[in-house]
Amino acid sequence: MDNLGETIPVHIPEFARGTTMTFGNPAESGSGRLLFMTPLDLIIILIYIVVVLGIGFYLKKYTRTGDEFFMAGRKITAWVAGLSFISANLSSLETMGWSAMAYQYGMLGAHAYLIGAIPAILFLAVVMMPFYYISKTHSVPGYLRLRYGEASRSLAGISFSFMTVLVCGVNMFAMAKVMQLLLGWNFDVCIWVSSLTVAVYVALGGLLSAVFNEVLQFFLIWLGTLLIPILGMIEAGGWNQMIASINAQHPGQNFTSLWGNLGSAADNPMGMHWTGMVFGLGIAVSFGYWCTDFLQVQRVMAAKSLRAAQNGTVIGAVLKMLVPIIVTIPGLLGLAVLTQKEGIVLVPESVAQTAGGHSYNEVLPLMMARYFGPGLLGLGVTAMIAGFMSGMAGNVSAFSTVWTYDVYRPLIRRNATDAHYVSMGRWSSIFGVFIAILTAYAAKFFSNILVYLQVLVMFFIIPLFGVVILGMLWKRATAAGGFWGFLAGILTSIGEFVYVHLFPGYFDAAHLNPDHVKSIALSPLAQDMAVNMYSAFWSLLVSVGVAVLVSLFTHPKTHEELKDLVYGLTKIPDEGPTPWFKHPTFWAGMVFCALIAVNIIFW
Amino acid sequence: MQASRQIEIWFFIGALLFLYGVLILGAGIYHLVYPPLQHTALYELHSDIWWGALLLVLGLFYTMRYWPWRRRMPPEG
Repeated sequence: MDNLGETIPVHIPEFARGTTMTFGNPAESGSGRLLFMTPLDLIIILIYIVVVLGIGFYLKKYTRTGDEFFMAGRKITAWVAGLSFISANLSSLETMGWSAMAYQYGMLGAHAYLIGAIPAILFLAVVMMPFYYISKTHSVPGYLRLRYGEASRSLAGISFSFMTVLVCGVNMFAMAKVMQLLLGWNFDVCIWVSSLTVAVYVALGGLLSAVFNEVLQFFLIWLGTLLIPILGMIEAGGWNQMIASINAQHPGQNFTSLWGNLGSAADNPMGMHWTGMVFGLGIAVSFGYWCTDFLQVQRVMAAKSLRAAQNGTVIGAVLKMLVPIIVTIPGLLGLAVLTQKEGIVLVPESVAQTAGGHSYNEVLPLMMARYFGPGLLGLGVTAMIAGFMSGMAGNVSAFSTVWTYDVYRPLIRRNATDAHYVSMGRWSSIFGVFIAILTAYAAKFFSNILVYLQVLVMFFIIPLFGVVILGMLWKRATAAGGFWGFLAGILTSIGEFVYVHLFPGYFDAAHLNPDHVKSIALSPLAQDMAVNMYSAFWSLLVSVGVAVLVSLFTHPKTHEELKDLVYGLTKIPDEGPTPWFKHPTFWAGMVFCALIAVNIIFW
Repeated sequence: MQASRQIEIWFFIGALLFLYGVLILGAGIYHLVYPPLQHTALYELHSDIWWGALLLVLGLFYTMRYWPWRRRMPPEG
């Protein structure tokens, strides 16, 4: 029997690594199964699985060379790149987790889609993409090899490969657990059906297949979820009525402010000061995740031209900023509608498990069950499955590329044929899924390992951003500086994690020591998320600081060696005359203005 | 050897949405004629009918716009 009530990690990489989403025992909580499916709903889900597998089989003939398999032939248009870029990140645990956050904390959670994403995505489009694209590298670790040498590439390649399959396993576990609790489906069937589907379509069609399916999944996620805010707004009587209802039920609390309650850690339930939001989330976590996590960057690196890559990234920024419509608003509507119309008050998971009732995490499925009849419910559940699978496929395709090009080729077999590497790419996709399945089962039986897996990405991605951006903007950065800066950042991240969970005489990964938290997150009140934000910022500072220091005492590469890798030594290719309204910089500026406007409106 | 022309992603999206539109619209019309015993909230809006219709129209547009077997060039000569 499953470990009921165990912790499920929310796949919210750019903001809340370390946040946990727990689902209690429905039987104990008295909630029972939340969603009841009809044969029509099951047919809709089955059609989706058949279509994604069909796309994989169809695309196999277009992915014969290494460039075709690992980089989709570098022929993706801006729109497809942008949609895929965002879809790879739009996991179902993200939509469910952030809806729960909106119910619990109001609009604070929307920062993940604003300052926690948009500036970084625009920076990637305008500043970093030219270096990635012009260097013609296959991966972010591949850029590290060109810029810093083999040691940094190996460290990044091995850590990234390790990380992606484990995160994929966590996604797989979470999907099976959610489906089991919401629909009563068998855990093992969920694991094997979802993983084999992803393994087959990624192994057959590589990145091209993953991108095709991610674009498809983007449409399904939106069309399967958008009806909730539409119907919710109708039922609530519009935005103003919804806010009035929330305020009437929660007097004295501010659910619609982005910044108003961040003046002090004591003013908000996250225990977060605005500096943590700006420097931790807005700079370290956000830039680390969006600019150097290869899972994301791979999609836009595969665009057909530099301009398409940049425009695709800007399109991704616009799409990202729209996600609160299907995530934050349903959470707020839950506050307004469920309580007012049904008298349902959602409670923390621990309360739901002991005293009964529904937990915050159930707000999105509850809203789905409220409005969706047969057919629509099938579409909504398909959207959830699509969301889980897009996250898994993104990890598998990125793992396959980095494993083959940055671990297998340089460290195991250097001079094989292109066909051999494509074959390795296909087999490593299957192997990666197999490791992910083992991770999912490990998570099922040893739920404590989830605590470590949730913060794993932050250990590597943030320091990686530090050395990559230094390498792109500073000619003086050396190979030794890059390697030691990266390593020091990783060790700092791990050290901070251990420190905040260290108690006199013992270590507890599930709880924070307020005395230690105070020195990392500036307040003993800081919760997981706030601690992660500050930890990320300190590790970024350490990685950049060490890289600068070591570089000053070691020999830099020559300008000739740094050509097309560093600012000032890279010539942007002329792609012909472009009217101002088609230029990525113009649109990046427009999106940034929209970001400022949204922050002012919901200040 | 000339590689066959790749079907665009938009066609797959269109076909899937069209199929979903038919199924959801059909279910909506069925429930209009034979109302279920238990209603969802805002049942009276029949969201399955208009959402199904939206999917159908959207799917039809993409399917026709990106239909892969049209505009075949006639053989020269």
